[in-house]
Amino acid sequence: MAHELVEAIVGMKEKDALRIVEEMLERGEDPQSILDLGQEAMQIVGDRFEEGSFFLPELMLSGEMLRRIAELLKPKMAAGAVRREKLGRVVLGTVRGDIHDIGKDIVGFVLDINGFEVIDLGINVPEEKFVEAVREHRPRVLALSGFLSLAFDSMKSTIAQVDEAGLADGLHVIIGGGQMDETVRNYTGAEAYGEDAMAAVTFAKQNVEVS
Amino acid sequence: MGVTEKSWAELTAEEKRDHRYEAWLNPPGFEFASPEGEATYKAAVTRISDAYSLRVPDRVPVSMNMGWYPVNWAGYTSYEAMYDYSKAADAYLRFNRHFRADVMATPSFMAIPGKAFELLEYRLYDWPGHGTPEDAGFQYKDQEWMSIEEYDHLIEDPTDFFYSTYAPRIAGAYEGFSLLSTPFDLVEMPFGRLNMGPWGIPEVHAGLKKLMAAAEEVGAWAQRIFPAVDTLQAEGFARGRGGFSKAPYDFIGDSLRGTRGMLMDLYRAPEKVIEACNRLAPLMVRWTLRHATNDTIPGIFMPLHKGADGFMSLEQFKTFYWPSLRAVLLGLIEEGFTPFLFAEGRYASRLETICDLPKGKTVWLFDQTDMERAKETIGQVACIQGNLPLSLAHAGTVAEVTTYCKHLIDVAGPGGGYVMDLGGVTDSAKQENIEAMINTTKEYGIY
Repeated sequence: MAHELVEAIVGMKEKDALRIVEEMLERGEDPQSILDLGQEAMQIVGDRFEEGSFFLPELMLSGEMLRRIAELLKPKMAAGAVRREKLGRVVLGTVRGDIHDIGKDIVGFVLDINGFEVIDLGINVPEEKFVEAVREHRPRVLALSGFLSLAFDSMKSTIAQVDEAGLADGLHVIIGGGQMDETVRNYTGAEAYGEDAMAAVTFAKQNVEVS
Repeated sequence: MGVTEKSWAELTAEEKRDHRYEAWLNPPGFEFASPEGEATYKAAVTRISDAYSLRVPDRVPVSMNMGWYPVNWAGYTSYEAMYDYSKAADAYLRFNRHFRADVMATPSFMAIPGKAFELLEYRLYDWPGHGTPEDAGFQYKDQEWMSIEEYDHLIEDPTDFFYSTYAPRIAGAYEGFSLLSTPFDLVEMPFGRLNMGPWGIPEVHAGLKKLMAAAEEVGAWAQRIFPAVDTLQAEGFARGRGGFSKAPYDFIGDSLRGTRGMLMDLYRAPEKVIEACNRLAPLMVRWTLRHATNDTIPGIFMPLHKGADGFMSLEQFKTFYWPSLRAVLLGLIEEGFTPFLFAEGRYASRLETICDLPKGKTVWLFDQTDMERAKETIGQVACIQGNLPLSLAHAGTVAEVTTYCKHLIDVAGPGGGYVMDLGGVTDSAKQENIEAMINTTKEYGIY
């Protein structure tokens, strides 16, 4: 049987979850083990999202619960203790001309709860900024987000410029967003396209070496 | 025609509907450019009306779900179209004359006046030169404009909430409105100090000047844009939209709570969400009616955003999204309108639920929903439209587009009740691919 904190988070009982954390802290329980329970709950949320019984409301609310729990724990934790070994690094952003952020943020969030280090460049990100970030952070995965059809060209030119900068070796590029499909993937030169946020996780897991 | 206000109120929904379709087919007092223009126009309206009413038309009608492509095709940037209204008008005139779909691509929802946005100090959108590049369009800024605590204010007195709280947040020009008393206070002694006094405050004056300047700009824009729409109609192109409305849930989620806030409200304040949606449903209908006359054409555009697959479970859709949307649809149908719902994204899991509507009274434009299943379900009670993928229009070949369109006509066309269109809002495409969609429909879509 799962811990009551895990049950509260997975059951979307926000007030209960926060109350349980406060009680655990009052009892002097180890903040790191509380955080581990939060991570355990997020895994279940992620699994249910993937299997199609949870949707965006549950993903958004559980993320918010975890954020608030982490805030409660922060003062009690030694600096740097929250850091965990990451699976690998992903550079993420919404391409030039497009300011849609929800899809990108959700991808960033599910990558994060699945153990990836996410470098989020934001929205309306020019090609040069992606090139710089890839050069600086040397990610294994570059994830380009976009909702509008103008994003097709921005994605294509971003991938081309990363390539021209000689940074394509060992870099795996995935595109995602409302209109992405095989035709767009082929057009942009990306390695894969994602129909939902979990596709980015699957793709990232396939393409990083666990350190 | 010739219906007085009183007799209009006495008409049944069906009679109002007949009147609107008749006024669409024979626009009162409208002069066509030529007999050919008139004949083309009437054939197009008849064709679309037949499809909307689930009758078999002479052929499948074809429409173009256009964003900024007409402007780009004409060689202008979005920035130019939003700031130089002559260029916007020129783009849409040339675009429609070149492609010749049955329904005109209209500038009135896209090439909107950027200068007026500036004068209003509008915060709900970014637009070319103001947050987006000059070759991108205006885009909605997803933010929280109403706190979760303010549901009660919205539910209790929506007009006061909009006037005193919402407007000052979304545009600098309205900031002074937070200092005014509510319109309700006009009762009895409107010259009272607390009623009249705030109108003398410098911030209020400054805001009013901005509003007057913005209104002048909107007037200048309308003087350029609407004659172009009339010119196109005179040449035979049918207008598709008589107005605009929204699902109450989207209204709250898009404009008030923002996507994040709205998603979490389903757990944090579920009763308030439902109460607010129900409160707003009749207001959505009245919103449309205020901007309409008895001769307004029937199609009412309703972009659907936050109820698509993935945004919530089917159970949540049935609880939070659909009941108040259905109430708006029934209210509009009661006024003789034909709600035109743009189901962006995927709607696969909603197809059975949305069938609970009167037959032949709505139109559903689908984006990535499987059209064969759509035909089998909602297609039995409503006209369906779409779903040529934007990706094919942008990056496909003419052969691929042609094959796809023929398939659409094969699966969605039988028995009428289908309109060819692109599934998504088109900002970019290959000219030959849009031509292929139109030509294939005109040749292969004959009944």
